Amino acid sequence: MGKHLTINGKKVEFTDERNLLEVIRKENIELPTFCYHSELNIHGACRLCMVEVAGKGIMSACSTPPEPDMDIKTNTEHLIEMRKITIELLLASHDRECTMCAKSESCKLQSLARRLGIEEVRFKNISRKEPKDISTYALVRDNGKCVLCGDCIRFCDEIQSIGALGFVGRGSQSKICPAFERDLESSECVYCGQCSRVCPTGAILPKPEFREVWKALSDEKKKVIIAIAPAVRAALGEVFGITEENGTELAGKIVTALRSMGFVKVFDISFTADMTIVEEANEFLGRLEKDDDMPMFTSCCPAWVRFVEQYSPDFIKNLSTCRSPQGMYGSIARRIMPEVLGIPKEELVVVSVMPCTAKKYEARRTELAKDGVIDIDYVITTQELALMIEEAGLRFADLEASAFDMPLGFKTGGGIIFGTSGGVTEAVLRNVMNTNGDEAEEFNFVRGENGVREAKLKVGSKELKLAIVHGLKNARKVLRDIRADKKRYDFVEVMACPGGCVGGAGQPVYSDLAVRKRRSKVLYENDKIMELHKPQDNPYVQKMYKDYLEKSGSKKAHEYLHTSYKYRKRFKETLEISKSSLDKIVNVEVCVGRNCLKKGSKEILKRVADGNKFKDAVNVQALICLERCSKGPTVKINGETFEHCTPDSVEDTVKKN
Amino acid sequence: MTSNYDKFESACRILEEHSFDKSKLIPILQSVQEEYRYLPEEVMSFISSSLDMSPAIVYGVATFYAHFALKPKGKNIIKICDGTACHVKKSTVIIDAIKKKLGLKENENTTKDMLFTIETVACLGACGLAPVVVINDNVYGQMTTEKIAALIDEMTGAR
Repeated sequence: MGKHLTINGKKVEFTDERNLLEVIRKENIELPTFCYHSELNIHGACRLCMVEVAGKGIMSACSTPPEPDMDIKTNTEHLIEMRKITIELLLASHDRECTMCAKSESCKLQSLARRLGIEEVRFKNISRKEPKDISTYALVRDNGKCVLCGDCIRFCDEIQSIGALGFVGRGSQSKICPAFERDLESSECVYCGQCSRVCPTGAILPKPEFREVWKALSDEKKKVIIAIAPAVRAALGEVFGITEENGTELAGKIVTALRSMGFVKVFDISFTADMTIVEEANEFLGRLEKDDDMPMFTSCCPAWVRFVEQYSPDFIKNLSTCRSPQGMYGSIARRIMPEVLGIPKEELVVVSVMPCTAKKYEARRTELAKDGVIDIDYVITTQELALMIEEAGLRFADLEASAFDMPLGFKTGGGIIFGTSGGVTEAVLRNVMNTNGDEAEEFNFVRGENGVREAKLKVGSKELKLAIVHGLKNARKVLRDIRADKKRYDFVEVMACPGGCVGGAGQPVYSDLAVRKRRSKVLYENDKIMELHKPQDNPYVQKMYKDYLEKSGSKKAHEYLHTSYKYRKRFKETLEISKSSLDKIVNVEVCVGRNCLKKGSKEILKRVADGNKFKDAVNVQALICLERCSKGPTVKINGETFEHCTPDSVEDTVKKN
Repeated sequence: MTSNYDKFESACRILEEHSFDKSKLIPILQSVQEEYRYLPEEVMSFISSSLDMSPAIVYGVATFYAHFALKPKGKNIIKICDGTACHVKKSTVIIDAIKKKLGLKENENTTKDMLFTIETVACLGACGLAPVVVINDNVYGQMTTEKIAALIDEMTGAR
């Protein structure tokens, strides 16, 4: 016998639903919410999902578990009026320049105001105009548009384990900001941009660059080339009401659209994804053989790379040194294509279309620049591409499909599935297994939705252990397990965004998980109909190596296709412990992060801060976490880092200096 | 050579006394504030790292409660009650008088010489003495603009 309750007079069965909201939505009643996300913890702050429960009064559906025989009403006059007031109050403190907001038409506040029939706001507008935070390459924050639902805070904390944002102040003065009300660039943000995806309004948005692209296109002295990432073709159609099984037709339409906008060449990032696999698989086999810096981590997700650089510098050596597909495209486009295409270097403008906000940051990494010149001029998102198509007045759905330009337009299925979680691993396996004489092409066991998926695989005499991870909180856990020797892997794929690139923050905004699953399916279907599936079979990749890069792993390949990483300190603050008044001094910086402190860095500080000991010739500072927790206490003396320090060892070293 | 080691050691002691427990964030911040007289950013960062939580959360808590000061406070702290009873007895007039006397502008709470900080508080529970002012933990009832001016003169004279 199932359990029953009554919704608007109708008897409804329920089983293990976590809250009334889920039961009500299952009945196809779309109760309005701002702060409810099935992926996140329940917050209960927006007060829009209020329902009347007989005998209990008005309750929020999201935070009330269903009980048998409850009698629920979802749309009484009283409830309607309450919701209206809530929306009106939000509108009263909202920067209502909706027509000029990039979120217009996909804004939840806008659509709820329409749904609830709000024709006037009875309260005085008290919105505060604050300057926008444009400090990062990836995102723009505009507190004037914020409704304080806290979705961004919770996503960043609960799913990504970063916590770059938080509530500040209280009551009418509250707002959402990074710590100490600094800008986003000074926070721990890794630019994944998922905050902008869950933001119901335009308070956090991907930072647009498409206007600069239009400018370059209209400049007669410039030749603009562009390449689209695999995941773009799985999602762009949503904006134009096109759902297609495998994305090839859509990719063809995109090519036509881009050509008509004036791009001289339209390439496919899937080509360089193929190259990434060839290069990365070669690197992996090398490491496996030498048992060097294992497990190897993928490095194609820039938010993940930034995460490692910031939180786990001890694992930097485990990151594949291969550039991401975008990084490889940039290098080839900037340094090889001028010769191939006969375009003078100074006339070339390089653009990429990405499902991602972190890629905007990646393109500007100094490690990817050559002689101070960055490879990729502009990175636009899938959202921006849709806008450009609309701006150009193209009837997208009616466009004929056309083919990508060669040579960077030819790809195998391996390069296509890059866009979904598990795709990189599968493509690597297609390469590695083939190198070992095995002919397998589909590795279904790496596919799926789970945040951490593990697989074992026999390669010759060795058994490979793989992990496929998405979401940075999951990644943090995997790193912790590896560090504690609880888990042993050979290869770990990490994508910061849930679902991988198909769920990226540059994609059209989605809230239904089914959308993300459909996008993954599109890429797998696309893979199926490709002529070739293994990246190493791509004849144009082979030719690129032959003509310019010798072979995978060669010195030339390293110059063009690899990169480097560096530790990025998370806490910028230091605590001054003692300051010398003398000229000739020794600088001692002692890590007082959680672990070093527990391992005795306080005693070291005490010893060096004792002025008499060193005749006042030391400056002592406490640094907050150098992220070398397993090797602490860590001390820097005149810039040089020492691990496993004791008061005695530090005293000796200081004396020598 | 100046040393802040003692303060830092107290902060460490406070963390240890609370077993580095995140759920004790508020008592930790209270004790640390007593030590430093306010919550400097680097100390909040240190606490967040020690408790393994993001600085954004620590800062959020610190800004939520009026008790926490994010800027250094003056040597003398003058608390003016603006609870219902004191408000009715014209505490705002006293506030204005003190601000004028100390030369504080609209949004300023601390004098430039760091001698005085004024704080308005909600009900000190001494409504019978309204309006009430507390200077460095000494309670003064039935305050008038003349009395407060004299008290401040006395304190600055003793400096």
